[in-house]
Formats: sequence, structure tokens, C-alpha cells
Amino acid sequence: MTDSVDVLIVGAGASGAAVAWSLAETRMRIVCLEQGDWMNPLEYPSTGRDWEARGFGDMSISPNRRGRETDYPVNDANSPISVANFNAVGGSTILYAGHFPRFHPSDFRVKTLDGVADDWPIDYQTLEPFYAENDRMMGTSGLAGDPAYPPKESVMPPVPLGRAGEAIAKGFNELGWHWWPSDTAIATEAYDGRDKCINLGACSSGCAQGAKASTDITYWPHAVRAGVEVRTRCRVREIAVNGQGMASGVVYFDRDGVEHFQPAEVVIVACNGVGTPRLLLNSTSGRFPDGIANTSGLVGRNLMFHPYASIQGVFDEPLDGYQGPGVCIWSQEFYETDPNRDFVRGYTYEINRGRGPVATALAGMFSDRIPFGDGHHDAYRQLFKRIAGMVGICEDLPEEHNTVTLDPELTDGHGIPAPRIDYTLSENSRRMLDHAVARATEVLEAAGAKDVITEAPIGVGGWHLMGTARMGIDPERSVVNEWGRSHDVRNLFIVDGSIFVTSAGVNPTRTIQALALYIADSMKNRLANLFD
Amino acid sequence: MADTIASDDPFSGDERRTLLALVGAVIPASAKHAVPGADDPAIAADIVATARPYHETIAAALSHLESMAMQRFDTGYADLDPVSRARLARELTRSRFAGVGTLVTITAQCYYRDDRVMQSLGMDARPPFPQGFDVPQGDWSLLDPVRRRGRIYKIP
Ligand SMILES: Cc1cc2nc3c(=O)[nH]c(=O)nc-3n(C[C@H](O)[C@H](O)[C@H](O)COP(=O)(O)OP(=O)(O)OC[C@H]3O[C@@H](n4cnc5c(N)ncnc54)[C@H](O)[C@@H]3O)c2cc1C
Ligand code: SF4
Repeated sequence: MTDSVDVLIVGAGASGAAVAWSLAETRMRIVCLEQGDWMNPLEYPSTGRDWEARGFGDMSISPNRRGRETDYPVNDANSPISVANFNAVGGSTILYAGHFPRFHPSDFRVKTLDGVADDWPIDYQTLEPFYAENDRMMGTSGLAGDPAYPPKESVMPPVPLGRAGEAIAKGFNELGWHWWPSDTAIATEAYDGRDKCINLGACSSGCAQGAKASTDITYWPHAVRAGVEVRTRCRVREIAVNGQGMASGVVYFDRDGVEHFQPAEVVIVACNGVGTPRLLLNSTSGRFPDGIANTSGLVGRNLMFHPYASIQGVFDEPLDGYQGPGVCIWSQEFYETDPNRDFVRGYTYEINRGRGPVATALAGMFSDRIPFGDGHHDAYRQLFKRIAGMVGICEDLPEEHNTVTLDPELTDGHGIPAPRIDYTLSENSRRMLDHAVARATEVLEAAGAKDVITEAPIGVGGWHLMGTARMGIDPERSVVNEWGRSHDVRNLFIVDGSIFVTSAGVNPTRTIQALALYIADSMKNRLANLFD
Repeated sequence: MADTIASDDPFSGDERRTLLALVGAVIPASAKHAVPGADDPAIAADIVATARPYHETIAAALSHLESMAMQRFDTGYADLDPVSRARLARELTRSRFAGVGTLVTITAQCYYRDDRVMQSLGMDARPPFPQGFDVPQGDWSLLDPVRRRGRIYKIP
């Protein structure tokens, strides 16, 4: 048995890092248990000639394909969208693209506005100061004045438009539709010990330059300097409860597979929208036979992914190809609900600059645009550096039958039951995807594309994991309250994307982190009576 | 196995012959573009090394390809003319036979990192880091009409 700590955080990803840093100023003893390692940026794929190949191997976005010792398998056979993540200090931000939009004010009020899902128990104004604090810590780039948002500042100037951004922006202008330089978690200037983006183009397999804000190089160095201890290669099996129904600590395996019990006064779970319900469901006891914090029965339910549509155009002129960050410009022309459409809510377009040489070959060969044999090289050159387009990120509405449960057979390397995903695409999502494909095709054609390649939903695109331990005021309809504390267990908090009530039509991480900072702030403001 | 080429190489001599015939048919050499085919010795060695962990599924695909060649042309796959080899390879890829997709993917990965191929595409033969690349800023005045249109977000 180890000494008790004041705060024990499980998971060192986007949210675990933010909450650790914010709580560090209390001088409490804070320990974070993380199943992965610290990453070494000099080993990231962009440092080698095989950088694209490694995206299919040890740096794949799929934990099942990667199969690192630090990963856990996910049974997602019963889902049209498979789970993408990364397990290390920095969590999935090691691989994320760095698209960094905020939610809109309307996203917190979908029931009131559109009669679907639920309103959030908090609003945009509540999160606004925490968005700004997070922007400073992560170092965001963008351009103030986006007409799709309430006023917000940017820490650094936007990433370049490039040839691809310019071509597609002209398409949007032709149709009179909104676009704006994306807010990104990419440093365009030297910032907080990090160097500026040099357009390596391999952001989604780790940024060797340190320009992309993964939390191992943003929050964590500050949190560690302030006294937080990160224990890597420590995989938590379950959260234990005492006779009073409070969390007493966690049981975990260290790097040698030795089991430990770590007592704690407060437990904060930050394992993401799949890892968190998995841990809660694995934490059964006499008091919580269906998993800790689960008297509502909602742990693992309402899984939301953001179905993605990919719409790529083939242009006559060479564009950026593999050069430049994946982030570029966005459009929120179809973001808010329009009663004239056959779906509610909406989506964001995020523009992709292009593809690497291998990805170009594969896209061409598997879609019959590049023949096998004679003609390969001519056809390849018609595509190389000439593909650019966009993805449509569709708001996914919560549905209780979309679940994370425990797989009856599959386990990780420590024998801990692995998560199983059951997910179906709703009719609303299907219609939204169709709309996104059709409108983007118009944009690309207006921009001069001569051919359009589409995929909807993107099968490997389960990179946003939300909703599986939702927040709310009613303990029967939610897992945590309006400041992240479990309704059932008063010293147990959840800070990751699981607590989302709805998904909005934007990438979630900026909101996940703003929420984590807001929850930390709520805790600091209530330290004297945190468990009342 | 008598016909194994190297002790740690799981591909037999026959498998290797079929594999090289396949990758060379998928991406042949081109005098016009001054590039080797994927069966060039250096590229092929890279492909075989990269394919090792997937030997079982790839070997099954190669053996299926051999039977297709035998059934249709009464000869081994490697002895077919390049057009027939490419056609059979394409057919098997379309049928999503496990292992062919993997081999085609590995072929593209290894081919498009070869110095000669990269140079023929106008690329520097180097990894992206540490030099990075230049990306032009682009014309920011394109934002003028977006600004003129004004606010589009909803206040709930
Ligand atoms: C390829 C890819 C691209 C993406 N692009 C974007 C983007 O452009 N913009 C955006 O906003 N979002 C993006 N995302 C999503 C983004 O990465 C996540 O939203 C964000 O990282 C989630 O933060 P989190 O703290 O909830 O979880 P994570 O960052 O996933 O961290 C969870 C951590 O918990 C650890 N953990 C889990 N279970 C245990 C356990 N039992 N014991 C110990 N440790 C455990 C994990 O190892 C992991 O490190 C992307 C994700 C991927 C995979
Ligand atoms: S493009 Fe910029 S952010 Fe992306 S990997 Fe390269 S340096 Fe990092």
C-alpha cells in the first residue's frame, strides 16, 4: 500500500493535463497515472523516409492496428466507424490534427432551439474564460473576427492559406458561402519553449518540430514543474469504494505488471469517451454492481463520434500536396439548424491541403483512378499534389443505444476487459452526410476541380469520443453534475469528452480542455466543502 | 525449407518470384518518366522486408494468384505477360482478397520513398524533418467578401 495522495488523476491526455496544471497551484499532492510512455519527438515518423508507412503501423491512429504494449484493444466490429486514439503522456493529442474550434453558443441549447437531445447545464459564457485560458496554455493560432463566432482573440497569426486554401476559398467565394482561417493548436511563431510550424505535413503522426500543441509539451512541463507527479506505464484496473460510498483510490498495474493500490482523497477520471466508461464499468462493488457512478445506467450510453464525410477534388494545377499542416481554413455555412433542410443541427467543413506521395498512390489505385501496369505513372502524375478538398464534421446526436460496454472475451495485456462499441448511424446523420457531400462537391467544382472523390462516413474516423458519462442536473438522467462531480460518488470527478451532453459540429478538444479547467476551477472554489 | 533465401526470410523462392512478378506488374518501370519498376532490386528488397510480418496472408494471396494463372492460362503467374499479370492483380484486389490489399499498400509505401522516384516527382529525397517545407501565405484579401457579409452565428 502506497501513501495516500490528495488528488489522483487517471489519464495524461488533453483533459488530464489541463486539470492537473490548474489544480497544481493548490499545492495538494497530485499524482497522474498514465498507461502509456512519454514520447520522444525525435522518433516521430516525420524524421524518417518511412513517415507515411508508419502511419499504417506503430503510429497508426487505430489502437488495434498499432497494438503497442501501451494500447488496449477495442472491439468495434459492430460499428461503421472505428475508434482512433493514442495512449501516452499527451493522450490522443499526440496524433490529433490540431483543428481547434470552439463550440458555438447555440450548441449548449439544442433542446431549446431544435427540440432534440438535451440542453447543457452550463453555457458558452460560463466556458468563455476557460477557453481563453486554455488558448494561452496550448498556444492557438487563428484570425480574430470570424463572423461564425462571438468575438474571440487569437494568440498567434493563422497558418498559411497555401495554394490549396486559396483555390478552395475561391470556390466558397464563388458561391457566397462562409469560410475563415481555422483556429488551430499549432504554433505559427515560437511560443512557450516550442518552435514554430515548418510545414512538415505529418501532424497526425506526431509533430517532431514541437509546433503542434500536444499536452506532453504544453501543459505537462508546467504541471510537473509545479509539483505534479506523472507515473507512466501504470494502467488502472478499477476505482475502489469504501464503506461510505466514497472512492478510496485505484488499483493499477505498474510497468512490471505488479498490482498496486493507490489510496486517494479525490479521484479524477480523464481516460476519454471510451476509456472512461470502460474504467467505470470495470469498477464494480457491492454498492455499485453495474459499475461505479452508474446508478443512472447511463455510463457507456449515448456514445457520439461525429460522422465525417470526406470530399476531395482533383485539380489541374499542382497545389500543396504533402506540405503544410493538415489544418487550413474552415466553413460554417451549414452549421446552424435550417428548417428548410431534412435534418436538424449542422456541420463544419475543414479544408485539407493534400496528400503525401504514398497516400496519393493508394487513393488512386484503390479507386481505379490509377491503373495497375502501363499508365500507372501518367495517371499518378495527374493526382500527385493535385488532390485537395475537405471533410464535413457532422453533429452526432446522443442516442442511448450507441454504447461502450465491456467485451465478454476481449482483454488487454493485463487481462482487463476491453471495451466493445455498438454504434449505428442515425437517419439524421445520414442525411447530414449526404448534404455535406453534395454541397462540398459544388464548392470543389466552383473551385475548378475536375473530379471528386468521396467517402461518407469515414470508416476509420472515430477520433472524437463523447457522451458516455454525460453531465446534467438530474441524477437520473446524467452521470456527473454541472461541475463534473459524480452524482453517486462525491469525491469522483470526470473531466474528459465523456461528459459532453451533445457533440456540436466541431472537433471537441478545445471544449474538453475548457471544461477540465472549469471543473478544476469549480473544485478550487469549493475546496472547503468539496464533498458536500 | 530448401528454397528459403535467407534464414529470417519467411518468403520461399517461389513466393518471392510471384511477389516480384506482381509488384513489377502493378508499378512497372517507365523510360518516359525515368523511374524503375517496383521490382527493381533495391525497392523489391524493401518490399520483401516490410512484408515479412504479413507473410501468412500475403503468401495465401500469392498462391491464389498462381492458381488463377494456372486455371486461365495454364502457366505460372511469373511467366505471364505484364498485361495479364496486371489484370489478374487488379481482379484480385477488387475482390478484396486478404493479403493483396496489404501487398499493394506496402508496394506503394516502398516505391514512393525511393530516391529515384521521389526525384522524378520533383521532391527532395529526404524526410520532412528537420528542414520542413515552404508554404505560401496565399491571398488573404479573398476574405473581403466574407467580412462584408457579416455575422452568421445564432444567439440562443
Ligand atoms: C488521429 C486523430 C486526430 C484528431 N484530430 C483532432 C483535431 O484536429 N481536433 C480536435 O479537437 N480533436 C482531435 N482529435 C481528438 C482529440 O485527440 C481528443 O478529443 C482528445 O485528445 C481527448 O482528450 P481526453 O483527455 O478526453 O483523452 P485522451 O487525450 O485520449 O487521453 C486519455 C489518456 O488516458 C489514458 N488512459 C486510458 N485508460 C487508462 C487506464 N485505465 N489507466 C491509465 N491510463 C489510461 C490513455 O492512455 C490516454 O493517454 C483527434 C484524435 C485522433 C486520434
Ligand atoms: S505541419 Fe507544423 S504542426 Fe504539423 S507536424 Fe509539421 S511542424 Fe508540426
